[in-house]
Amino acid sequence: MEILWFIIVSFMLAMYVILDGFDIGVGIIHRLIGKTESERALSIRTIGPVWDGNEVWLLAAGGTLYFAFPKLYASSFSGFYLPLTIVLWLLIMRALGIEFRHQINNSRWKSFWDTSFSISSILLAIFFGAALGNVIRGVPLNQEGYFFLPMWTTFTIVPEAGVLDWFTIIMGLVAFFTLMSHGANYIAMKTVSDIQLRARSIAKKSLWGVLITSVAAIVAISSIRPDFWNNYLESPLGFIFPIIGASGMIGMLIFVNRRKDIKAFISSTIFIGAMLAGTAFSLFPKLLTASTNPPHADYSITVYNAAAHEYGLMVGIVWWILGMILVAGYFIYLYRSFRGKISLSAEENGY
Amino acid sequence: MDALLIDRLQFAFTISFHYLFPQLTMGLALLIVILKYFAIKKKNEHYNNSARFWAKILGINFVVGVVTGIPMEFQFGTNWAKFSTFAGGVIGQTLAMEGLFAFFLESSFLGLFLFGEKKLGQKGHFITAILIFIGSWLSGYFIIATGAWMQHPVGYAFAPDGSVYLTSFWQLLLNSWALSQYAHNMVGAVVTSAFVMMSIGAYYLLVKRDVEYGKTFIRVGLITGVVSSIIMLFPTGDLESKNVAKHQPIKLAAMEGLFKTTNGADLVLFGVPNMEKLQIDYSIHIPKLLSFLTYYDFDAEVKGLDAFPRDQLPDNIPLIFYSYHIMISLGMLFIGVTLLSAYLLWKKKLFDARWALWILLISFPLPYIANTAGWITAEVGRQPWLVYGLMRTSEGISPTVSASSALFSLIGFISIYIILGILFLMLVVRVIKKGPEHSGKLHSH
Repeated sequence: MEILWFIIVSFMLAMYVILDGFDIGVGIIHRLIGKTESERALSIRTIGPVWDGNEVWLLAAGGTLYFAFPKLYASSFSGFYLPLTIVLWLLIMRALGIEFRHQINNSRWKSFWDTSFSISSILLAIFFGAALGNVIRGVPLNQEGYFFLPMWTTFTIVPEAGVLDWFTIIMGLVAFFTLMSHGANYIAMKTVSDIQLRARSIAKKSLWGVLITSVAAIVAISSIRPDFWNNYLESPLGFIFPIIGASGMIGMLIFVNRRKDIKAFISSTIFIGAMLAGTAFSLFPKLLTASTNPPHADYSITVYNAAAHEYGLMVGIVWWILGMILVAGYFIYLYRSFRGKISLSAEENGY
Repeated sequence: MDALLIDRLQFAFTISFHYLFPQLTMGLALLIVILKYFAIKKKNEHYNNSARFWAKILGINFVVGVVTGIPMEFQFGTNWAKFSTFAGGVIGQTLAMEGLFAFFLESSFLGLFLFGEKKLGQKGHFITAILIFIGSWLSGYFIIATGAWMQHPVGYAFAPDGSVYLTSFWQLLLNSWALSQYAHNMVGAVVTSAFVMMSIGAYYLLVKRDVEYGKTFIRVGLITGVVSSIIMLFPTGDLESKNVAKHQPIKLAAMEGLFKTTNGADLVLFGVPNMEKLQIDYSIHIPKLLSFLTYYDFDAEVKGLDAFPRDQLPDNIPLIFYSYHIMISLGMLFIGVTLLSAYLLWKKKLFDARWALWILLISFPLPYIANTAGWITAEVGRQPWLVYGLMRTSEGISPTVSASSALFSLIGFISIYIILGILFLMLVVRVIKKGPEHSGKLHSH
């Protein structure tokens, strides 16, 4: 039962990263891709009707995490107090950038929200990547299962590392480039003419960033957390995730060059999903690894010691499935009614 | 200042600010369904323009509600980690369900509702309006069920580690506390939207522009306003206070300012709690009415604050007393204002009675104050408990988050929310100035 909920929560978080990931990606390249005010309006309109639904995956994943693994929620949210607080502010700035921009027809107003949208998207990508980096690296959990991290200390991985150190910054850059190319693929798929050309060129260039930072991250992980690969060695079937991830990467390289925008976007989706699944696979059963290493004790938070009681988890399965069927229906309807290209001339959509 | 105080201040500030927006969203969602229904039924563009106008305000309001709502879910973990560890196994259910059943519904259809009218056609547009209504009202239910469990814990048992776990899903979901509080609260949201709608209608009549729209807004707002203001008092308000009397007699005593246990207790209409002498100074009261209202018996015994151990009393009794009395007084005022206006409307005098329009114009902040005061009564009255009878507020905070970290985030939230509030008002004023006549043209770039 706990394992099932571990998969469900991982699935919901991955859905968040994939779906809101392209919104964030659009934000990252927003100022690069939109040279004029109306081009930037177009850039926002590609995500206008869907971004809010995409962001709900974060809330729903958070709620589900809270429900299934309350101890993990309590420990990680209080431990990452400072970065999460900043993430909240960034989410506010991003949402306002998208939703307030079109309210007033004034170039300074629009320019302000354009900047707000892109800066908050850039920082969100880096923070989310760094967050994953923290989970992989481990945090100084105490006996009661709590910790607190400063934003940074010396940027080296000492026992008292901060949220940001060289490793988590690399992970932040992985997320930055990955979502950048994901967003560029999305825009290339949804637009035509100049913007589409620019998006393709960004997608091409950012792939190098993805490649270099990913290799650096894998090398770094192997050096600071050699046990990261234990699960793979024990059950080699797990190698399917990195293999799928690598094929997503290759797909991106091929399709971006051949201007197959939809296939390139599917490839970046596969890349992100497989990499996250691979990470979840290697972390299991640990949810949050303790970097503190007292003799004869491991304070790590695991799927087993953080899970809620059996009855609640059983009930949850029923409504979760019901809810997901509804959500699938909403999203299919939403994306269907919003399918197709968006061009500068079509003004009927409010964004 | 210690971390506990700052954590409490931050939650109080962020939740109070946040709830200014959902109450209008939930109420307006209903009123827009009504306007949209008239538009289709009477095949009248006038009602469609009205619905579009209010949809614009709903859109801006909704955004602020969303962005101020996300920090609420986060704070359970960031600032109240011990509480989350203790109770997450129970209230996690309703919080997760809110995301799955309400947020997805609202967020998927809001964009379609706001900008997809042409694409959807009139019937489709009406259906999305209903879906927004259902989504926002469901969201309200799940969050009230969460709060209700903290007020009146049901369907749980203790685990060996001292935390609680769920034993009955239906008891949690159909908590009697949640049902009565939900009814009371949702009617309160309708009161807010009705007063806001009347206020803007009165503004158009007073400045003599978009007069026909002004009249429609006042009619729709007034009819829902009369009904909801009365339901606010009876039966929902009555039900709420019976629940408090039954399960939280301490809160009742604090609300009513009853320091000593009394047979045939008076109802205090006005007064100043004196915490040194433990009495109400300058009190104006109606003899024996409190006993009657609580137990339908003029001589029944009502327990006063002296009947309970000191360490179980809320830490701010005057605040509970005042906010409760503000809520009740405003509630009475709403009934008076709406009944009077309805009488004038019936006599066909309302639209020319400038003084009455002025009253409607300036009354819009009052339901916000009343709703906030009601929630202060409920939540400050729950103190010193975080989960009533099970966990004290002081035991629930995050053990590793220092006062200075909490202060950092509190200052940040206050600054951002002030700017957010100013931007919100600015944008809504622009929509009002533009007027409903031009709402037919949807957003331009």
